[in-house]
Amino acid sequence: MKTLMQAAFAAGAFCLAASAALAEPAVVYDAGGKFDKSFNEAAYNGIEKFKKETGSNYLEFEVQADAQREQAFRKMAQRGADPIIGIGFSQESAIKKVAPEFPDIRFVIIDSVVDLPNVQSIVFKEQEGSYLVGVLAALASKTGKVGFVGGMDIPLISRFQCGYSQGAKAANPNVDVLANMTGTTPAAWNDPTRGAELAKGQFDRGVDVVFAAAGGTGTGVYQAAKDAGKLAIGVDSNQNHLQPGTMLTSMLKRVDVAVYETAKAAKESTWKPGVTVLGLAEGGVDWALDEHNKTLITDDMKAKVEAAKADIISGKVKVHDYMSDNSCPI
Amino acid sequence: MSAASQAALPRWVDIGLMPIVNLIQALLVAGLVVLIIGVNPIDAMRIMAWGAVYDSVAISYTLYYATDFVFTGLAVAVAFHAGLFNIGGEGQAYVAGLGATLAILLLDAYLPGILLIPLGLMAAMVFGAGWAFIPAYLQAYRGSHIVITTIMFNFIAASLMVYIGSDLLRPPGDMLPSSREFGDAAHLPHVHELAALLGLKMPSTPLNLSILWAAACCVFVWIFIWRTRWGYAIRAVGLSPKAAVYAGISPQRVILIAMCLSGALAAGVALNQIIGYHHRLLLDFVAGAGFTGIAVALMGRNHPIGIVLSAVLFGALYQGGAELAFEIPTITRDMIVAMQGLVILFSGALAYMNRPWIARVYAMFNRRAILAEAT
Amino acid sequence: MPAQPVGNAESPSAATRPAAIELRGIDKSFGAVHANKNVSLTIAKSSIHGIIGENGAGKSTLMSILYGFYTADAGEILINGKPVKIHGSHDAIAAGIGMVHQHFMLVEPFTVLENVMLGAEDGVLLRGGAGKARAELERLARDYGLNVDPDAHISDLPVGEQQRVEILKALFRHCDILILDEPTGVLTPQETDQLFQILRALNARGVTIVLITHKLREILAITDTVSVMRQGEMVATLPTKQATREHLAELMVGRKVRLELDKTKATPGEVRLSVRNLTVVDAKGVKRVDDVGFDLRAGEILGIAGVSGNGQSELLEALSGIRPLSSGGITLCDLEVSPDAPYGPAVVREYGLAHVPEDRLRLGVVTAFPAWESVVLGYHDDEEYNGRILMDRDAMTNACGKLMERFDVRPRDPELRCGNFSGGNQQKLILAREIARQPKVLVVGQPTRGVDIGAIEFIHRQLLALRDAGCAILLVSVELDEVMSLSDRILVMFQGRIVGEVDGDEADERTLGLMMANAHAQADEAA
Repeated sequence: MKTLMQAAFAAGAFCLAASAALAEPAVVYDAGGKFDKSFNEAAYNGIEKFKKETGSNYLEFEVQADAQREQAFRKMAQRGADPIIGIGFSQESAIKKVAPEFPDIRFVIIDSVVDLPNVQSIVFKEQEGSYLVGVLAALASKTGKVGFVGGMDIPLISRFQCGYSQGAKAANPNVDVLANMTGTTPAAWNDPTRGAELAKGQFDRGVDVVFAAAGGTGTGVYQAAKDAGKLAIGVDSNQNHLQPGTMLTSMLKRVDVAVYETAKAAKESTWKPGVTVLGLAEGGVDWALDEHNKTLITDDMKAKVEAAKADIISGKVKVHDYMSDNSCPI
Repeated sequence: MSAASQAALPRWVDIGLMPIVNLIQALLVAGLVVLIIGVNPIDAMRIMAWGAVYDSVAISYTLYYATDFVFTGLAVAVAFHAGLFNIGGEGQAYVAGLGATLAILLLDAYLPGILLIPLGLMAAMVFGAGWAFIPAYLQAYRGSHIVITTIMFNFIAASLMVYIGSDLLRPPGDMLPSSREFGDAAHLPHVHELAALLGLKMPSTPLNLSILWAAACCVFVWIFIWRTRWGYAIRAVGLSPKAAVYAGISPQRVILIAMCLSGALAAGVALNQIIGYHHRLLLDFVAGAGFTGIAVALMGRNHPIGIVLSAVLFGALYQGGAELAFEIPTITRDMIVAMQGLVILFSGALAYMNRPWIARVYAMFNRRAILAEAT
Repeated sequence: MPAQPVGNAESPSAATRPAAIELRGIDKSFGAVHANKNVSLTIAKSSIHGIIGENGAGKSTLMSILYGFYTADAGEILINGKPVKIHGSHDAIAAGIGMVHQHFMLVEPFTVLENVMLGAEDGVLLRGGAGKARAELERLARDYGLNVDPDAHISDLPVGEQQRVEILKALFRHCDILILDEPTGVLTPQETDQLFQILRALNARGVTIVLITHKLREILAITDTVSVMRQGEMVATLPTKQATREHLAELMVGRKVRLELDKTKATPGEVRLSVRNLTVVDAKGVKRVDDVGFDLRAGEILGIAGVSGNGQSELLEALSGIRPLSSGGITLCDLEVSPDAPYGPAVVREYGLAHVPEDRLRLGVVTAFPAWESVVLGYHDDEEYNGRILMDRDAMTNACGKLMERFDVRPRDPELRCGNFSGGNQQKLILAREIARQPKVLVVGQPTRGVDIGAIEFIHRQLLALRDAGCAILLVSVELDEVMSLSDRILVMFQGRIVGEVDGDEADERTLGLMMANAHAQADEAA
């Protein structure tokens, strides 16, 4: 009996053995899940790219409940994962708690700022990328009305909306911007049905280009645009391929690049803690042009949007950040 | 109505054997699912089982989840003894969180923890009970079915909390609907912190002193239901409403009392999550514990001891499930939810599915035993 | 009432043709309860066979095995000489067995025709089958005098006719063996007579009839042969002609039983319960109790006779505080009850009224409670049973044990669940609880419904003793015998009204029956 117990214990211990000092990166995805076709998936693509290039393996975990976040980071740390990359602002409090317990391990948080000596915070100037697609939307619109479908009603998404509106107004001062938020709970990130409804509602009011900054909800918006023969703009990842022909462009938020770069920097020991802000100048945000949307973007549009991009990088145009004062001039 | 399903079975079969058979069935089906995606189900089960108990961290997490399920399980059980199916534990616990938060936000600058935390808990209980009172009143005096109203009140609670969390309490600049962080005085001590005081070194986990409150609630419910005249009245109404009326018991009052108590018990989730761990109001902090409580109560046969056992089992499933997702990335978190769902299905919804054949098998063995005794 | 059996009076031992039913060594246990012990029984073809026994003797279990509700643990069943395996009612129906249950198995909102066809629809579309069924129903009505309107809804039919529908259902499925389980429990004397006429007509056409009952009079009135069961065993089978009431009662109970009561003259005292112009309207707006008034004095038993459903139940409920008054008033000792003054069961109990309810299982006890918990029902707030916070378990168990002793409740186990006691013992438990406080007024509904002979005797004696001790007793019962043998005065109720009063000594079945019949005629004339 005793030996049996020991054997069972050994078996259990074997499969759970904390293999120390992996020095492999770990990714903790947010509640949307790693295949959300958007934000989390971008992170996944980044770490996959890192894996392919370096041959180094990585650990990952999808958060299911808030209580698991802290557990996930601590577990990764105990396994010796380094760096540990938390995707999404929801990871903030967990990293705040766990990072001080493991001062020798490097943590990364995306979309939020944690001020600790072993944490790198990566935030994006979403307003700049949104400005560019706003310019494109206003140029592509025949009705003079462009739409915005946000995911959850939070300041971060208002930052997208505000940048988009500024870009649209810059390209066509008479343009109307209609905006809707999908919801006020995290469920709003993954509600394609509601997304499609909101898009259709905007189409009925004359909108012919719609920008979705809504995670998985966006797929419903893109489908609705295709069904109605209107144009849609993707977000985070390059989503042009989802509905080729009706995807005007995508606002790229290069979470993949950020994840890849930070993992690579950690491996090459060039990693630094502190806040990294990625805007147009750093290539952290951008607009997407590929074979799926090249027929929709005329040379004129391309010239104008590239000009806007250059102006922002040079500082000639300053895009207002909603989160700086929780208000939008437009 | 088959006679076999009605036949009296000894208690150990009813409350011991049957839940175990249900659990085994659930694990078999879950194993099949795991097999289909190409993972060795025995490995998966082993990881899940060990993941729940293999060290003090795992055990702490298991107990931390179990604490919630004890509260919601008791809440369901108390209402059930009055013949009421309270599906609203989720919403009651949620609104209770608001009560705790408001009390603490108002007072955390002024009071020490020893006063603040009990006040927070009391506010939580009042809010939880209040949220249960409305459906109870509608059932007692207006005849609206409590199953329907409590389900509806879950949705109302969710919307209300989003509104309050995002529009009233949210600190400026915060992304998620939430309140500000509580002052340190309002933090219910964690078990590892207490252990440190005693010189024991325990890893940091969310397990907090709520577990003591859960234990107290178990004892209280047991005494209240089986040892007091109020419990007597509750059980009489639940088992035979007409007999209760005959005895001069007012079913309306019993409905109100049982539901308010139910809501106050569900408020324990707020103690565990809000005061014990997150230290601020968070969206959806109940995370389905209210619904899991239904399965816990069914599996625990509405008895505190059974509820503790099944709550620990469900806690282990949650913790073991997280481990499984760590260890075997091909098993996604959605599959783990499905596996937990299977356990709920078999031990909750289908709890009595096996009774007829177990009764038959038991009768067979029993007769043999009797014959053997006789000869 | 003819005591002579009509129809086929052949001796059951006639070996010339196979028996309709032969049971050999049937054995059945439910957990620790041994319901049937090695029971063997032969029922001759085309006979009316009675099975008698006290509640819990195993009669219903035996018949349920025959009808496939339970499977016997051991033993075999032969129908018309052929061994059969019966695993469900469909097997029983296929073997030609029909059963009329004590509690009807009818779909209330359906019509008679739909109920009869249910399960024998004869095809997917109802139309063709319905035509055939209607013709068949008409034939059965003609042949057996089973007249029921095929298009009437069950919920609109009186109980007696509902029972006919059950019989029709069986006949429609071509049964030649008909089992009736306590068929007269819900019937008035008139309806019972009609039922017996139908049974004789069926029997004359060759249908074998098995009648399960605990009423001696019915056995003697209609059966050819009678079998007696006691405690799961078949203790005797004999031709009815050779049986007497006393002998059968002795076989059933296992000891000598006195069937007659010695009743002394009542000495009524002061008025304890006074009812004036009492009217009760139910939730549907139907007047259930209509302008009823009477006085009940200490030391007398006032009986209320009437066909079931004529307002007696509502009267009981109003008196005991369960149902609100619509108008009129009640004076209970010092308590004035009017429609405006709210009161309830707890209040009337406080003023000295005890209530033994009609519906024992749903009102009298909580079946899932152990005896000691049910024995405090209604008195659970008493100081005697309560500490400051906790209830006093020992006090309750002790009280229960004492009451069980005094009222001979068996088994004498305070921990046994109430549902597991036989009807008679449940009733004794309730009576014990209500009498124990020496109430000033006792209202009793159907004190011996579904109660075995031994217990009936006991309960009747207790009621008389209570009367002699000065309690005012209101007795409501549909058993005329019972009302007549216990009451000092009898009121007859019809459609919520009191239509007559008879002195207990002068009452006989004919007088009372006539009063009910007169009441019928009067009501018809008035309408």
